[in-house]
Amino acid sequence: MTPFTYSRAADVADAIRQGIEPRSRYLGGGTNLVDLMRETIEQPRALIDVTGLSGAITERDEGSLLIGAAATNTAVAGHRAVRARYPMLARAIVAGASAQIRNMATVGGNILQRTRCTYFYDDDGSSCNKRAPGRGCDAIEGFNRIHAILGTSSACVATHPSDMCVALAALGAIVHLSSAQGERTLPLTDLHRLPEDHPEIETVLEPGELITAVELPALPFATRSTYRKVRDRSSYAFALVSVAAALELDGGVIRNARLALGGVATKPWRAWKAEEALKGKPASAESFRKAAEAELIGAKPLRDNGFKIELAKRTIVAVLGELTGESA
Amino acid sequence: MPISINGIEAPLPNDPRVSLLDYLREHLQLSGTKKGCNQGACGACTVLVDGDRILSCLALAIQYEGRSITTVEGLGVDGALHPLQRAFIEHDGFQCGYCTPGQICSAVGMAQEARRGVPSHVTTDLSSETITLSHDELRERMSGNLCRCGAYNGIVAAITEVYVTEGVE
Repeated sequence: MTPFTYSRAADVADAIRQGIEPRSRYLGGGTNLVDLMRETIEQPRALIDVTGLSGAITERDEGSLLIGAAATNTAVAGHRAVRARYPMLARAIVAGASAQIRNMATVGGNILQRTRCTYFYDDDGSSCNKRAPGRGCDAIEGFNRIHAILGTSSACVATHPSDMCVALAALGAIVHLSSAQGERTLPLTDLHRLPEDHPEIETVLEPGELITAVELPALPFATRSTYRKVRDRSSYAFALVSVAAALELDGGVIRNARLALGGVATKPWRAWKAEEALKGKPASAESFRKAAEAELIGAKPLRDNGFKIELAKRTIVAVLGELTGESA
Repeated sequence: MPISINGIEAPLPNDPRVSLLDYLREHLQLSGTKKGCNQGACGACTVLVDGDRILSCLALAIQYEGRSITTVEGLGVDGALHPLQRAFIEHDGFQCGYCTPGQICSAVGMAQEARRGVPSHVTTDLSSETITLSHDELRERMSGNLCRCGAYNGIVAAITEVYVTEGVE
């Protein structure tokens, strides 16, 4: 590891004051950042530990839930209100990583974790536009079974690895940010950038800007929601395809739907087209399949990952079927 | 503020790069905690922080100032084996033994999580306040600890005996 200084932020103001320093990084549980530092892919000069800031989970009067960014993944998944009102979020979190990692990892850190693309990690032998902008992407012509089919560019095809973020995208979560310029909020779906020509710039965060909380808006029909993850082994593996979904039914008709995909896209992928295609349609396998087709129509397969297109469609159909009471 | 290791206070390392794992093994000569992958994939380095299981290889020691760490060396009381250590021996919960300290620390933390009602990937009813450690629940909750000898059947039998059959708290 490259030498760095370590300090603990006393409060948000203290954190953002220290975060102004170039090449400083906020440190949560360290489960991704410490690993990347050991590989010298990340070389911050200063770590500002923000795990002592708020991790409170608060039910607010208007029905939303505010989750402090320092809350651990375990604390969120185990929280009674999350389990009861946003089951897809609890299920997404416990589908990710291992219990030990979920005990360390924070909400803020989970959102800002970096891709597990093997070429991104291969500092010694591979070209990667995230690591060394302009050097090229070895994944595009390489072994790309795990890579993205949606939101890719000629510069990058790496997936965003988070499970939690897929549920947050579907739930319309709002991210609370703080910086020397003040406070602002953003929908989670606007926080991560598509790679385009600059895959090294992964979010719209300004230098030194800190995630302080994530807000889950009131969404009564999210009580009928779930998360399904398809992967190469049944536990402790990243997603090949994952689906977060919620359905509001009126008799046999879909009044409202929320859908997001993981494992297939360069950012947590809200399936807006599929949601639109579902509204007002009968809750049937045919409607589900049409919605899945609408979302995947723009998918771009690489040499090894074409299977993800059909797998994503089938998983969407199966999850929506599960939410309407059919087992699949 | 120092850090507490198995009930004994110790000074923190001066270099913030030192992981909690290297601090335990190289600075304090507590070599029970094992270094497997050193990248958060195998679970051999699992220790307890204030009762919660974490991976010491991904933890910077300096982040744990003022916290209370328990390693496998701190589980037994007055020279007697912890019930899990005894059960691992009885059920052949290991072959080479390298993953065992991590498996045992992980199981202690796992039992606490189940008692608190923390759900897992295989928990059917999210509204349940307590978790029954079925075979599937136990396997899923221990999936962060790999055993390359494949002693999983013995590991599951040992943990089941202690936390399900005997109901050890």
